[in-house]
Amino acid sequence: MTDTNKTPLVELRDMSIAFGGIKAVDHVSIDLHAGEVVGLLGHNGAGKSTLIKCLSGAYQADSGEIYIEGKKVNIENPRDARAQNIETIYQTLALADNLNATANLFLGRELVNRFGMVDEGKMEAETRKIMARLNPNFRKFNEPVSALSGGQRQSVAIARAVYFNAKVLIMDEPTAALGPHETQMVSELIQELKAQGLGIFLIEHDIQNVMQLCDRAAVMKNGQMVGVENVADVTEDDILSMIILGKNPKKAT
Amino acid sequence: MTDSKTTNPATQTNMSPVAKFLRATELDTRLLGMFGALALIWLGFHYYGVIFNDFGAFLTARNLWNLSVQTSSIGIMATGMVLVIITRNIDLSVGALVGVTGMTMGILQVDILPAYLGLGNPAIWIITVILGITLGATIGAFHGWLIAYRGIPAFIVTLGGLLVWRGSAFLANNGKTISPVDSTFQLLGGGPYGAVGSTGSWIVGILACLGILWLTVSGRRNRLRHEFALRPMWAEIFVSGAAMAMVIGAVLLVNSYPWPIGIVKQYTEANGLTIPEGGLFISHGFAIPVLILAGVGIMMTILMTKTRFGRYVFAIGGNPEAAALAGINVKWMTLKIFALMGALAGLAGVVASARLNSATNALGVLDELYVIAAAVIGGTSLAGGVGTIYGAILGALVMQSLQTGMVLIGFDTSVQQIVVGSVLVLAVYLDNLYRKRTK
Ligand SMILES: Nc1ncnc2c1ncn2[C@@H]1O[C@H](COP(=O)(O)OP(=O)(O)OP(=O)(O)O)[C@@H](O)[C@H]1O
Ligand SMILES: [Mg+2]
Repeated sequence: MTDTNKTPLVELRDMSIAFGGIKAVDHVSIDLHAGEVVGLLGHNGAGKSTLIKCLSGAYQADSGEIYIEGKKVNIENPRDARAQNIETIYQTLALADNLNATANLFLGRELVNRFGMVDEGKMEAETRKIMARLNPNFRKFNEPVSALSGGQRQSVAIARAVYFNAKVLIMDEPTAALGPHETQMVSELIQELKAQGLGIFLIEHDIQNVMQLCDRAAVMKNGQMVGVENVADVTEDDILSMIILGKNPKKAT
Repeated sequence: MTDSKTTNPATQTNMSPVAKFLRATELDTRLLGMFGALALIWLGFHYYGVIFNDFGAFLTARNLWNLSVQTSSIGIMATGMVLVIITRNIDLSVGALVGVTGMTMGILQVDILPAYLGLGNPAIWIITVILGITLGATIGAFHGWLIAYRGIPAFIVTLGGLLVWRGSAFLANNGKTISPVDSTFQLLGGGPYGAVGSTGSWIVGILACLGILWLTVSGRRNRLRHEFALRPMWAEIFVSGAAMAMVIGAVLLVNSYPWPIGIVKQYTEANGLTIPEGGLFISHGFAIPVLILAGVGIMMTILMTKTRFGRYVFAIGGNPEAAALAGINVKWMTLKIFALMGALAGLAGVVASARLNSATNALGVLDELYVIAAAVIGGTSLAGGVGTIYGAILGALVMQSLQTGMVLIGFDTSVQQIVVGSVLVLAVYLDNLYRKRTK
């Protein structure tokens, strides 16, 4: 179990963001330690993706503070987040459909040679290496990702997030499009990365997966945080009732 | 799918010989299609002339040389329009930018600079060109700023720009034409003196061939280093050989077009020479604007295929949100793309006004349509994300070939417009069919 007394790797304090009249995230606080996996659960539209997008720089929170290793940071755009070694797998995958797997993997961080030109060969070789680990059956290196299946696209998005030595990994339903074997490989990957000391936010609807992979589970409803519990201390039913009722059973009893 | 790492794609069986050939050479079928269309247009116009006018005027050195010069300014702008359209924007103002930069440069080199530097000072044309291109880039950057940072659609900004800058071009000199331009500046537009001659053309041709060889060898070495599939040797030789043959062919062509007798006389008198019996054959060689277009084409190709900037242009076109999430500053990129487009319009203004040896406020009228048509015929997708520089230049050549061909066989302007308009629509339709089949 993680040592919760140490300074958290990431701390989101009192985050709020509204779209028009909708409070998508409403005064939410959560933290994440190194070597820990925190599961985020909740109904569709609960605000999970919106919350992590404030951390990944996709959105700017209306209010709230972000601390990385105890230091307050300003994350105003995705570049800021990447600079803090925060990597994200978005629910929408965020791939440029007209580019191939290699170009997508290195998008925004292309390897260049000494003349400042993109080093296509080296990048493709690196892509082949990481894909061999994540999805050994992957062959379509020279086709635009629009020609890939949903699962293949997802493995490209995963490869992109894990290639660049992340400290914090955000995974928004990373296995939604994957087959059972690939899902198993991602589970193993998560455990491996956790052992390496990464902190991982995992948004996941499958409670069994959460119980198996996560140290803590955080449940959101209507933009608010219902509760954060150690997975070891609760049952699947407890979490389910938190999701459905929007109440923390332990606090109620 | 087979593993492309171990299996050479060309060795697969059960493929037709044509498909095998295309796979082995990795030639773009669209590129071949464009060469085919061009051949059809050239032969069509030539033999139309042979049959109905007893003289085929199209496939002559003179006509093809002129065609190359006329293609230059549209071609230069089409390379920039590719970037604009790939990122799902449009620039309707490029023709007006040619007008306003052309007028400004006319005033600069005729009315202003000679007063300070003295008439014929060699710095005049340099300063003029630099300021003209800078003006184009500045206006383009302003358009880009309105589009990216103020959220006004590109269509509206550049439609407004079309009117504003065309009006400004008129006001700049109250509608009066400025002529002649600086004598060195004039060379940038072509003409007998504005060409590099026989020796110069051979030098250009040989450099181009060396470049092709270098690309072939370094491409092969790069694939070997990373253990990727190699093209079969015969395919390498075929592709590079065909490219070099085209270069040599172009050199022979432009060198077979002699100076007119009047110019030869003028030249020999000015240099104290006598014309030998049987006349003096002085080749034009490549026109300077054509070399400018070639240079722009090479630089823009490198920009689009070898730099991060180019990669980001494609990414923004493919998925703007994904590009932003990958840390690309989409707004700043948009501004830079429009600034680049403006700079190229300024350069086209140089070529166009130098070619006419005058600056008029009507310079570049309707160019925006030809430039957009060239990019689109060249395979740039209006849906964004797809396009090539060479395609746009070939597209410009197709447009200009149609135009020139119709003038040669004596079609009215009205008929020309009908044909060009129909060809544009047909080309995009064929392109749609092609994309569906290759998807
Ligand atoms: N860009 C946006 N503009 C307007 N409303 C938004 C935007 N993004 C999210 N919302 C709203 O915020 C709320 C939370 O959405 P969010 O995507 O965070 O849900 P989620 O918990 O990730 O759901 P799911 O499980 O379906 O992915 C929803 O009501 C959604 O409609
Ligand atoms: Mg979501």
